[in-house]
Amino acid sequence: MIAETGLAALWLAAGLAALQFLLMILALRSGAEVARAMRSIALVQGVLTLVAFVMLLVVFARSDMSVALVFENSSVVKPFIYKVAGAWGNHEGSMLMWVTILAVAGAFLAVLAHRTGERTLLAALGAQALLALGFYAFLLFASNPFARLWPPPPDGQGLNPLLQDPGLAFHPPTLYLGYVGLSVAFSLAVGALLTGEVDSRLGRAMRPWVLGAWLLLTLGITAGSYWAYYELGWGGYWFWDPVENASLMPWLAATALLHSINVLAARGALKAWTMMLAVIAFSMSMVGTFLVRSGILTSVHAFAIDPERGTFLLALLAIYVGAAFVLFAVRGANLKEGAPFELVSRESGLVINNLFLTVILGVVFVGTLYPLFAEAVSGEKMSVGTPYFNAVAGPLALLLAALVGVGPLLAWRRERRPVLKKLTVPALLGATALAITIILAPQIHILPRLGFAVAAYLAAASILPLIGRNPLRAPLATWGMVVAHFGIAVALTGMAANSAFTTERLAIANPGDVLSVGPWQVQLESVTPAAGKNWTAIQAQLRATRGSGIVTLAPQMRYFSDPPMETNESAIASFWNGQLYTVVGRQDVSGAWQLRLWWKPFVTLIWAGGGLIALGGALALFGRIWMLFRRRSRAAEWRTERYA
Amino acid sequence: MANGTLRMTRAVRFAPLALLLLIIAALVWRLATPADTNVHSTLEGKAVPGFDLGEALPGKPALSSADLASGQPHLVNIFASWCVPCVTEVKVLEALRERGVRIDGIAVRDRPEDLAEFLALNGDPYERIGSDERSQVQISLGSSGVPESFVVDGKGVIRYQHIGAIEHSDVPMILAKLEQAR
Repeated sequence: MIAETGLAALWLAAGLAALQFLLMILALRSGAEVARAMRSIALVQGVLTLVAFVMLLVVFARSDMSVALVFENSSVVKPFIYKVAGAWGNHEGSMLMWVTILAVAGAFLAVLAHRTGERTLLAALGAQALLALGFYAFLLFASNPFARLWPPPPDGQGLNPLLQDPGLAFHPPTLYLGYVGLSVAFSLAVGALLTGEVDSRLGRAMRPWVLGAWLLLTLGITAGSYWAYYELGWGGYWFWDPVENASLMPWLAATALLHSINVLAARGALKAWTMMLAVIAFSMSMVGTFLVRSGILTSVHAFAIDPERGTFLLALLAIYVGAAFVLFAVRGANLKEGAPFELVSRESGLVINNLFLTVILGVVFVGTLYPLFAEAVSGEKMSVGTPYFNAVAGPLALLLAALVGVGPLLAWRRERRPVLKKLTVPALLGATALAITIILAPQIHILPRLGFAVAAYLAAASILPLIGRNPLRAPLATWGMVVAHFGIAVALTGMAANSAFTTERLAIANPGDVLSVGPWQVQLESVTPAAGKNWTAIQAQLRATRGSGIVTLAPQMRYFSDPPMETNESAIASFWNGQLYTVVGRQDVSGAWQLRLWWKPFVTLIWAGGGLIALGGALALFGRIWMLFRRRSRAAEWRTERYA
Repeated sequence: MANGTLRMTRAVRFAPLALLLLIIAALVWRLATPADTNVHSTLEGKAVPGFDLGEALPGKPALSSADLASGQPHLVNIFASWCVPCVTEVKVLEALRERGVRIDGIAVRDRPEDLAEFLALNGDPYERIGSDERSQVQISLGSSGVPESFVVDGKGVIRYQHIGAIEHSDVPMILAKLEQAR
């Protein structure tokens, strides 16, 4: 009954989405009064998908094996949290989650948006409904998550053990919220292109959605990076894997949009460019979902290849993105650009930021899809790996980070003051860092060396917007910007330190052996069996000493029974100045054990920086929303006084 | 840009659309022609490198490369008693043997007593078993793990390398490869 309730809710929601879209056409054609019902319809549609999603969570929580999806992705003995998280650790469930977020975002847009013109809002709600409709069709006709299995088997086939991790409960929902949050920016852009109302009001309406989606994408990517780091046991934080790139591309587009939208909101300029970015950002989310879900690119994220579903998703992508780009190409000509600006101005700074981000996006895009094009044209198989991405995107990102220090100091419209003078102290810090690395670590590669220099300079430059004023009176949005830009410097330091100073040790060891890695002496004390609820393992006891400090670590090699699989559970000891990362492998014929040890100085700064960048986004979002409410309540007070 | 605004020309406005069409064309092509994820062995078509392995357990004939060039096609299975997938594979090999396939084994890094227990427990489809104590023959054959299997024709030339366990669903394909090698 529970599964059927979910399915019925999905069908009803799909019907409402169709109605919502039809009403938009009526509204735009004749300004029909009935169109006002669209807000309520969007709200009910959001609630219905939420019901369907909760039903899926319930069947997973109850291990109802009569639902095919539960049977394929769960087992009775799994810990409860992974039973629930298993609901979105598979194709159908994750697509239901996607459409739920899409519809709920549409409901929020309907309830909360008061800043755009009514016609633009209705057009945006129609666009959002059309988006949702395609994904409802995909779920109901090609990926039904509620399909039954009769007779119900006694136990399920289990969930991929790599996904049985707290990271799974958190990482995909966060990324999806970010991906789909961009759908609102997309719909608003489409709506505004339809009505021609591209102005600073639209920019201000779009901004909280872009901020929210962007900060969730940042969090999702940061969390995913840490998950890959400790769960895959390779000691790396970014692999330029196609699926990782699929999440990075929307983030790069959203970052560019986040900056250009400020120009639109504050100055009414960069209209066409911002509309294009809003379309591209969500398109990149769809491309990412397609690449992941179709299994078209080979990746460590092993998702099944399914041509039928792939075709369906590709058709949706082509229709939605294609229609939006056609609309943009046709209507973009009518957009009158707003206030002009000079060569040295905040606007120019943001344009340069956008150019850099777009070029980096292009670099990642080409690297990710090039093997596909190459094989299509020449039949030759190839892969594009880390050397390309690091060599091409690395210097661009460093240059951009250097410019991040300048942009926020510039005034809108035109800058006549000698801004570069303010950067004296940061520049001196950067030069000092460069000199120190040359003297103390002459052997390191040029990129990490420049990374240290830019990080030192940016750390100081990023806080300049708070200098020379009372920092407590600065708007929260300014604080958000400062924190996020400072976060870039922090993450950059972590990346440079990890790349320049990581030491690695691969060894075969017998109990009692002592290995040295970096400043650590690591002794293999013993290897013993261990067991959990649905796994058994061999566990190494390691005793690591550095000076007077002692720490014990217990990396495991786990064997899961359903499905049968081995995973390396790394053991990591964190210190203020780095992490000791240990992995135990197989036993050699002679009875000795494979050990892999890494000392990674300041590696944690990478994720701390990511967290700061997201925190900056949160501060800015909170600031914008708070100002909105204050303004609204003031307006309400004013009305009350006047008309009381 | 100076004292002006960024104006998009018609060509620029249509650029994203053009790019999208290009990408969709490539993706459609990929969906229509799924990638071949198999890695083909470079040893296919070459003679088995010379080797002469000792007996793996008492009473069972040992295996050398000369035994493979006997005029009949052989299936050479690289396995070990300590290998879990080999347990299920050996039943498939048994089915192949019942259909007249000559199967020889190369036991990698194994001990006679373990091997005897493994064969007693799971069945013994092998005519000959050579003991490859230090994986040297396995490596010379270009095999990196267990189980792996090679279809070798009557002249001792490798015709096909199968990486991983042979499943029941692979049986017709393996029989066809052996027929071609005849």
